[in-house]
Amino acid sequence: MNAMTPAKTGNAYNFGFLDEYAKKEVRRAVLKAIAIPGYQVPYASREMPMGRGFGTGGLQLTLSLIGPDEVVKVIDQGSDDSVNAVNLRHFIEMTCPGVSTTTKTAECTLIQSRHRIPELPLTSTQIIVLQVPYPDPLVVVEPSEDKRKTMHGEADYSRLLVKLYEDIVKFDEITISHRYPTRINGHYVIDPSPIPRWDVPKLNASASLILFGAGREKKIYAVPPYTKAEPLAFSDVPFRVEDFRDEQGRRRACARCGCVDSFLDEFVADSGSKTWQCSDSDWCDGHATKSILARQTQGEPA
Amino acid sequence: MSYVAIKGGGRAISGAAAVTEFLRTEEGLGETPAEPLGIDAILHQLRHLVDRVVSEGGVYHPKFAALAVKQSLGDTLEAAFALRAWRSTRPRLSATPPLDTSRMRLIRRISSAFKEIPGGQMLGPTPDYALRLLRMELMDESPDAFRAVARAWLDSCPEAQLPDSFPKVLDSLRAEGLLPPVAGRTQAAFDITREPLGFPVPRSAALATMARAETGSLLAIAYSNMRGYGDVHPTVAELRVGYLPVLLPHPITGEPTEVGEALVTECEVVAMYEADDAGGKPMFTIGYGACFGHNEVKAISMAILDRALQKGMKDGPGNPSEDPEFVLLHVDGVDSMGFASHYKMPHYVTFQSDLDRLRTTQQKQEANA
Repeated sequence: MNAMTPAKTGNAYNFGFLDEYAKKEVRRAVLKAIAIPGYQVPYASREMPMGRGFGTGGLQLTLSLIGPDEVVKVIDQGSDDSVNAVNLRHFIEMTCPGVSTTTKTAECTLIQSRHRIPELPLTSTQIIVLQVPYPDPLVVVEPSEDKRKTMHGEADYSRLLVKLYEDIVKFDEITISHRYPTRINGHYVIDPSPIPRWDVPKLNASASLILFGAGREKKIYAVPPYTKAEPLAFSDVPFRVEDFRDEQGRRRACARCGCVDSFLDEFVADSGSKTWQCSDSDWCDGHATKSILARQTQGEPA
Repeated sequence: MSYVAIKGGGRAISGAAAVTEFLRTEEGLGETPAEPLGIDAILHQLRHLVDRVVSEGGVYHPKFAALAVKQSLGDTLEAAFALRAWRSTRPRLSATPPLDTSRMRLIRRISSAFKEIPGGQMLGPTPDYALRLLRMELMDESPDAFRAVARAWLDSCPEAQLPDSFPKVLDSLRAEGLLPPVAGRTQAAFDITREPLGFPVPRSAALATMARAETGSLLAIAYSNMRGYGDVHPTVAELRVGYLPVLLPHPITGEPTEVGEALVTECEVVAMYEADDAGGKPMFTIGYGACFGHNEVKAISMAILDRALQKGMKDGPGNPSEDPEFVLLHVDGVDSMGFASHYKMPHYVTFQSDLDRLRTTQQKQEANA
């Protein structure tokens, strides 16, 4: 354990685990990624002490950007208490002494997330880092990275559009559920990481900087603040987010906080009956508190 | 029903770590309490585990490799992973000049190309010709018997003076004009720990990637080439195992100075000849493999794949083992085991999204029916 405690001994780890050269390299890649919105910047990608696929790309971004005054939030599937989020947060606390962590979206300056963008709109003083398993949206139509690079350079996304068209011919629906290909600033199409379609509109003209880190595939890319992000679609077949209406066509509400405009997780009870609750745990906590306060001011028992 | 299915994640993680540690230590509570596994015992008695871990971990630190083997309960993927993660915290301070493997302090050296080679064949430690019969006498080996074996070997060992260096078999083939001359260094070696691979890659990047690749992954792809998805048909010109002197520039004089030695395995294969594009004489082609530790299967697999990849880069890949992207992006143990493991993490947001698509598609089909 002592090996993890930064001290002035030979084997101590640096603040933020990575050595300063590694951090500088990541920061240089970030600057390039911001300068060329949506372009996948290759970088060396160090091994981290957790599994490739568990957020090592996101973590390298976080550890390279983190300063001693940072307030960090880590979520996985929208939840701060998910095992992987707990693990990553613990690692950040251990290797970045002085940094504080929070579960409150409104209070943090840096968010590392897997599979979700928080419901609460982020601000220009916040950065969100998304963990990416597959950085290239073209991989579904072209296995060779060499060829994909040329296609990106030429903004040649015709085969991707043909795939969407074939979906419509076969299923009368675009079948891409998450990792929805999204065109950034009118040129590069990105894989926005496995966020649900629900979160894709949040990429557009976002006040906060959105960074993507793929550790295993060694790529960093960005959607800079106030940049156009358009999911691929056709003029007569618009992009659609997940549908949370019940059989009668009413929007389902969160069973815990009553929210009717958040992404919901579906729960199946042992009896087989289903309920729905907010995926974003901080959002849900905020709404639950608000609805209790509202009931109290109306004179009802909480 | 809980709010988030995995509420209490922190407690669950520490519980999982505790029970894993219990499995490692429970033998200490036995009727005859066991001693913890010593690092030296792993270094010596489980040396090939350490060999794999220094090689796949990509850093020559046998002691930490043994520690990694101990803490991962003998899982080589996990152990190489821990060593690699430790490595990524170390800054790159200096680089060695190319090291001359003819100066290796050899423990083993063979050629399958020739019956006799200059300097002689030296079988050394190998299970190649051993009968793989379970040695029941080791089930309950006494410390006395253990010591007696080592002592008997030392007593019977002739005090032969081995030369400092052995000639390379390839040099004699080269002298005969059967191999092309050694190409001069045209560019610095590609550093895969500081640069991402961008295809096409220089040969040095391919060699470095394979040198720290997972043994089984390299073997599987090389084997596909051996079996018919490829046509390298290699001959092992030379396989040598030994301690390679490591040189670094002296901090004051700049003179290359020996700072230590590393156990390495090196394999050079000769493959079918190719016509010279410039109209010169046809020559044999070469494949090269080398890795930290004593790991012959890995060095041979790497040498075959080096040849296959060179062919693929020249003529275009005719099968997976000749395709640099296919080979080099799928042989890293840390990458592949990490990604395979990540599927155990929760995916309910994306699965929710999948459910939405399937249900909508089903509804549409019903409505259209």
